[in-house]
Amino acid sequence: MIWLDTLVQGILLGGLYALFAAGLSLVFGIMRLVNLAHGDMIVFAAFAILLITQTLGLHPFLAALIAAPVMFALGWALQRFVLNRVLGKDILPPLLVTFGLSVALQNGLLQGFSADSQRLAAGPLESASVDLGLVTVGWMPLLTFATAIAVIVGLNQIFYRTALGRAFRATSDDPVTASLMGIAPKGVFALATGLAMVVVTIAALYLGMRSNFDPSIGPARLIYAFEAVIIGGLGSLWGTLAGGVIIGVAQTFGAAINPEWQILAGHLAFLVVLLLRPRGLFPRAVD
Amino acid sequence: MRVTTSTRTGRIAGLSALALVALALALPAFASRAVIQDLFTILTLLTLAQLWNLLAGYGGLVSVGQQAFVGLGAYAMFAGVILMGLDPILAIPLGGLAALALSIPTAFFAFRLQGAYFAIGTWVVAEVTRLLIAQWKTLGGGTGTSLPREATSDILGVEPIRVLFGLREAAARDVLAYWLALALAVLTIAAIYALLRNRLGLALAAVRDNTEAAKSVGIDTTRIKWAVFLIAAFVTGLTGALIYVQTARISPDAAFSVTNWTAYVIFIVVIGGIGRLEGPILGVIVFYALQQALADYGAWYLLTLGLIAVVVMLFAPRGLWGLLSDRTGLHLFPVRRRLERIDLEGGK
Repeated sequence: MIWLDTLVQGILLGGLYALFAAGLSLVFGIMRLVNLAHGDMIVFAAFAILLITQTLGLHPFLAALIAAPVMFALGWALQRFVLNRVLGKDILPPLLVTFGLSVALQNGLLQGFSADSQRLAAGPLESASVDLGLVTVGWMPLLTFATAIAVIVGLNQIFYRTALGRAFRATSDDPVTASLMGIAPKGVFALATGLAMVVVTIAALYLGMRSNFDPSIGPARLIYAFEAVIIGGLGSLWGTLAGGVIIGVAQTFGAAINPEWQILAGHLAFLVVLLLRPRGLFPRAVD
Repeated sequence: MRVTTSTRTGRIAGLSALALVALALALPAFASRAVIQDLFTILTLLTLAQLWNLLAGYGGLVSVGQQAFVGLGAYAMFAGVILMGLDPILAIPLGGLAALALSIPTAFFAFRLQGAYFAIGTWVVAEVTRLLIAQWKTLGGGTGTSLPREATSDILGVEPIRVLFGLREAAARDVLAYWLALALAVLTIAAIYALLRNRLGLALAAVRDNTEAAKSVGIDTTRIKWAVFLIAAFVTGLTGALIYVQTARISPDAAFSVTNWTAYVIFIVVIGGIGRLEGPILGVIVFYALQQALADYGAWYLLTLGLIAVVVMLFAPRGLWGLLSDRTGLHLFPVRRRLERIDLEGGK
């Protein structure tokens, strides 16, 4: 029974990793940009939510509602004024710019908020749990997983049901032809990064309510997100959820054997998948 | 006609470089211990930067996981000293070999990831290596360990230096480490320069400029990437071992630090000028000056460094040396092939 419990906890933890990964996957899928500052942006958003809860005395959920449009604007501006300038055939400039941003963000947060661990106080929700017969699960992990599914359904709806989604897909397939059809790829990219930052805010909300965070934890979140994306296969959001679940399950089982092995087990699961299925479990995109 | 890469500036630069190396060799006779220690750091960072430049600037392999090779090289040296009773200096080659051994599976995994994802792939391997090393209880596990006193008190070559300069033992150890760092930096730069001027270098430049075109003229691009990655890993491992001979204290978090061994190095190359041998040299000078100027400002230092790197990538993608070189046409290490007319004897 303890193993079933571990399995369920792992699956639910995978929801959090899928939330980390969805924004990364979105940006890569549309403009082939690997954002090395993605993890630090999640931590940045968590601090933004923290700041709002502290100054306005709001619950984290309400604070995230305020933070989301701000993050959208920041993401839009970042893409419009910085990243669009370096996108091109050469993969080096965008990688190095986002790496510079990652280090700058980390140290900016360190300067502003110190290295102390922080947490978003969610009230009674933090410890509430529900008995599902065989296992008991916390409301918070359950809510995280449900949110991950909602985010993926929402993003898929945008992609396949709206004009904006059509523009996203067209630009992703062929920016030159898309621009002949009256789409401005750079504007589409800016909107995509803005949207990714909204997803980042949602990921930050659950990161902050479920565990402690400090300015240094961004890179580890980037790595989990990246592993989930690669395991799932590029271009498939449901695959990304599966990837998150695989890492989550590997981590909880690793931790059940020896607490020191939690993180290691997740990485090893990733390497095994990379060994057996180099293009991931559900590959869609050709590149 | 014949093909040459030699230029007058290049020959003058070469001679000046020789003079500079001679001066650097003699430096311990009159420089203070603090200067020697600072130069040790600069030289090891320069070596790491040249290697990363070879990977990213010439090989197109943006690795964010070079700390794996620094850390493993350092730990292999520690293992040689603590478990096998080797002299720390003799244990340095173990660092290179261990890094080389790790680079083979790393390349196997990371080369499966296309384009930009290669960067994070190398980072994952570095994390895995760090976590595995932290499980190695004999070498201190997660908290780390120090080189035993009996190993550091009697290092090969320290005694003659002590007598020669009339120094105390700890200072003599710093001089030895400094000379080794100097040798490693000079040999690395010379080797990369020689590499760029021979056939492999030409192939590298072709792959960098246009992979498809390079393939079409028969260049085995995969083999070249493997070669560059393995060479860089080996020398990075040697450098890591040398750094930790001088530090004499190790922990997984420090030895596998992405900030110290990869972020600094990337910033040095980007600010100085990527894809040029001169770039990392100029970059390490700028880096050191900034470090001295901002030493008292804590996190502001890295914040500034990160933003400078972003600004450089946006407005001068080939770095400060690129700006300088474009204005003046200066190439200290010419690698460009030119045709040169030869006057044959009695040719009239």
